[in-house]
Amino acid sequence: MVPLSWYLIFSAALFSIGLFGVLSRRNAVAILLGIELMLNSVNVNLAAFWRYGNVTDIAGQVFAIIVFAVAAAEVSVGLALVISIYRKRNTVIADDIDMLKF
Amino acid sequence: MTTETLIWLIPLPPILAFFLIVLFTNRNKALSHSIGVGAALLSWIGSMVVFVRAIGVENLGKTPFVSSINWLPTGDTWLRIGVLVDPLTAVTLFFVAWTVLMIFIYSVGYHNFGQPEGDHDHKGLPPHGATVEEHGHKHVVPSIEPMYSRFFAFIGLFAFGMFTLVVSDNLLTLFVGWEIMGLCSYLLIGFWYGKKSARDAAIKAFMTTRVGDVFMLLGIAYLYSVTGTLSFREIFSETTLHTLAAIPSGVLGFSTAGLIGLLLFIGTVGKSAQFPLHVWLPDAMEGPTPVSAMIHAATMVSAGVYAVIRMFPLLSLDAQTMSIVAFIGAFTALFAATIALAQNDIKRVLAYSTISQLGYMIAALGIGAYVAAAFHLMTHAFFKALLFLGSGSVIHGMEHGVLHTGNHKVDPQDMFNMGGLRNKMPITFWTFLLGGFALSGFPLITAGFWSKDEILADAFAHNLPVFITLAIAAFLTAFYTMRQITLTFLGEPRTEEAKHAQETPWTMTLPLIVLSVFAVGYGWLGIPEHFPVLGGLVPNWIHEFVGGTLAEHPEALDFNIVPLLTSLVVALGGLGLGYLFYRNVNSSTEDKLQIGFLKNKYYFDEIYDVVFIKPVTWFADKVVYQIMDKGFIDGILHLFGPGTQGIGDTIRNYFDLPVINRFLGDGSANATYWSGEKLRVVQTGRIQQYLMLGLILFLAIGAILYFFVLA
Amino acid sequence: MTVDQIIFLVVAVGTLIAALRVVTTGNLVHAALWLIATLFGVAVTFAILHASFLAVVQVVVYIGAIAILFIFAVMLTRKEMRDRGPQMNRNWWFGALLAAVTFGGLALIVSGWSGVTKTATAYPSDFDAVSALGNALVSPDAYVLPFEVASVLLVAALVGAVYVAFNRK
Repeated sequence: MVPLSWYLIFSAALFSIGLFGVLSRRNAVAILLGIELMLNSVNVNLAAFWRYGNVTDIAGQVFAIIVFAVAAAEVSVGLALVISIYRKRNTVIADDIDMLKF
Repeated sequence: MTTETLIWLIPLPPILAFFLIVLFTNRNKALSHSIGVGAALLSWIGSMVVFVRAIGVENLGKTPFVSSINWLPTGDTWLRIGVLVDPLTAVTLFFVAWTVLMIFIYSVGYHNFGQPEGDHDHKGLPPHGATVEEHGHKHVVPSIEPMYSRFFAFIGLFAFGMFTLVVSDNLLTLFVGWEIMGLCSYLLIGFWYGKKSARDAAIKAFMTTRVGDVFMLLGIAYLYSVTGTLSFREIFSETTLHTLAAIPSGVLGFSTAGLIGLLLFIGTVGKSAQFPLHVWLPDAMEGPTPVSAMIHAATMVSAGVYAVIRMFPLLSLDAQTMSIVAFIGAFTALFAATIALAQNDIKRVLAYSTISQLGYMIAALGIGAYVAAAFHLMTHAFFKALLFLGSGSVIHGMEHGVLHTGNHKVDPQDMFNMGGLRNKMPITFWTFLLGGFALSGFPLITAGFWSKDEILADAFAHNLPVFITLAIAAFLTAFYTMRQITLTFLGEPRTEEAKHAQETPWTMTLPLIVLSVFAVGYGWLGIPEHFPVLGGLVPNWIHEFVGGTLAEHPEALDFNIVPLLTSLVVALGGLGLGYLFYRNVNSSTEDKLQIGFLKNKYYFDEIYDVVFIKPVTWFADKVVYQIMDKGFIDGILHLFGPGTQGIGDTIRNYFDLPVINRFLGDGSANATYWSGEKLRVVQTGRIQQYLMLGLILFLAIGAILYFFVLA
Repeated sequence: MTVDQIIFLVVAVGTLIAALRVVTTGNLVHAALWLIATLFGVAVTFAILHASFLAVVQVVVYIGAIAILFIFAVMLTRKEMRDRGPQMNRNWWFGALLAAVTFGGLALIVSGWSGVTKTATAYPSDFDAVSALGNALVSPDAYVLPFEVASVLLVAALVGAVYVAFNRK
């Protein structure tokens, strides 16, 4: 008898932790870790809504599947970029990659 | 066509000729003179037709040919202009048309039409002759005038001015014609503008007549302000004349009519070269001889007398004005005659003679001899034109001699270089003789006798001092005329040039012959009724016809033997003495009458120069030019330049630079720069900070949406 | 407190603690390992929610592929074998603040929703979620198009990643 609100609070907390990681970590890879956490929180949210709504309407899970695919694609490309930048600039510190600075 | 329409058309051909020649045919000499002579001929035909119709009308003075149109709106009324042919106009048209036509024909020959162009002739200088090869050897012949067409254009304009003046029915168009003739006299006296003497003479003529014209304009304005009209028929109505005579003008005891008349008369003093404005006429001999004939015989000076005759009803209202007129006329007649005695230039003698004869006419008007003055005007036009054209013929003959000998130092116009020309130039001689006799008043056969006699008769009857003055002047006139004829034609040639003189072509001699017919015959129309033997045979047509112009027909004088005897004595005596004295005079040193102050015209030119010309020139230079124009007006203008610059500088330094350049221009640039500089710190290049910024914004918007919009 | 609630709380708290360790640990490899723990916790959450397929896919894909990928990336980007040192950037406190605000905002919105206290209905026993999911993914009346587009996306990501990270030496 878990109320839906508990799942929603849980996913909100997970999302906020991921956000904190994205905003505060120095290492670029660590930022990507934070992004992963955020995506996972979204998936939890979707699954919770599926379960607590009409179970036969499988759209919630489909959405989550698609999110999986997108997350996978995104992380692979992101890490490839980080590696490429590391090769070029010899650093993975996000603050050092400031070529868009004025 | 009705007479009125024809009258309107009379001045038209000459002005058309002027425009056509000036605009189109200036290069073609033959076409130009054809247009000119053709125009004169058309005006002549028109004038003759009008004249014939006019003399057929009973009582033309009471019922003249009139036609007028509304021309200038003046408030509720109109100023009308138009044409008027009463007896005075008709006889004036007659002599003007004839003399103008003769002068036009004469000009063709005078300016050597048909001759080759000169060797080194310039426009603006008299022609000097062309060298032609003939039978193996060269000789110099007279050359055609380079500005041939221009001459015909100008005399066409001149004729237009005169015809306009004669046919006009109001003072305004009369004045217009007057001024046009003034302009043309300037243009024609200065025709050979390359000569400084001609230029100076032209300016002198214009200036002097202008002095008279200013007073005349004042008179016209005064008349208009008092009567409200300028039309002759309205001015000379009984009531208007009475009013004008009654109101005193407040100036020196003249009545209004007298003052107006005096002012208008001063215009005539200028135009007809009466003392003291006579100085321009002798100098005007610088122009070509047809011009002298036109201006000083037929038209311009006659216009002055015509104007006074026209205004006679007005002038006769005031006795003071009339006595001034008579005095000036008589004085001028004597004064000019004395100067003519000592002149050696053939044209100058005639110039002073013109002044003197005009004095006769003015004096006649001054004593009230209306018909006599008009009669003398008519006869004088004919014989003076004849004399001038004759002198031109003489000069032409002498110039032929000068070209033959090649000695250009000889003055072809000096009478002492002439002599014996009666054999070389017979037609010229006989016509000149007739003209000279007419001028002197040779009894019975010449027109001058009849007209001069009538003036003397009137003078004797009304005003004895005038009579004596005019009689002395008549004697002097006959004397200097015979002097002129003797020196020029009689005796033997005194120089080589005179020996080689030749008669002039038919275009010049034909007008002489025609004019001499009038000089002789015209007088017989005015034989007084009570003349012994001849009087009564032929009715005094002039007296009847011209006298009808006035409201009251002037009465014919009773005959008196004294004036007749006087005129016979002075005429014949003068002629005889002149011949006797000058028969054997061969050079100017032998001439006893070459008295200094006579030769130098009583030094009037010098007096005027010192009294008027030099002060005015000084005033114009120092006061008007230096002080007023350069100092004052230029000073104001010079204020504008720096002033504008000052304003410009002020605006630039106090508004443009600080406000627009610095505050707005530089200010906005600096503000943008400053804000850019301050804001650029946002762009750190660190994506985490960008994310934070985006998140903050998102949270803010989300909060606003949640709490305010969606609540 | 029912059994479901206790189980949920244990799993949730554990996952959250693991997530916190992910974002705070200095050693990146440790962070990756803690990520694996978080992902496992999420998989268990899926299982509690009767989303069995999702749970398995979570483990296989996320833990089995993505986490491994992270470890590879960490390895390939190590400089002087030194992955210690400060791992938070200068303004980490502001990030923490924002995260807290975000959490607060989300919680606020959730609590304002009317259906928030709903409890789950009973799971239908004859409902085969996996085959329904399978049908939905390939059925033209359902979600075949997103499915195909996702596959295209994966191809693009694959090609892009290879190209970006290609060592041209």
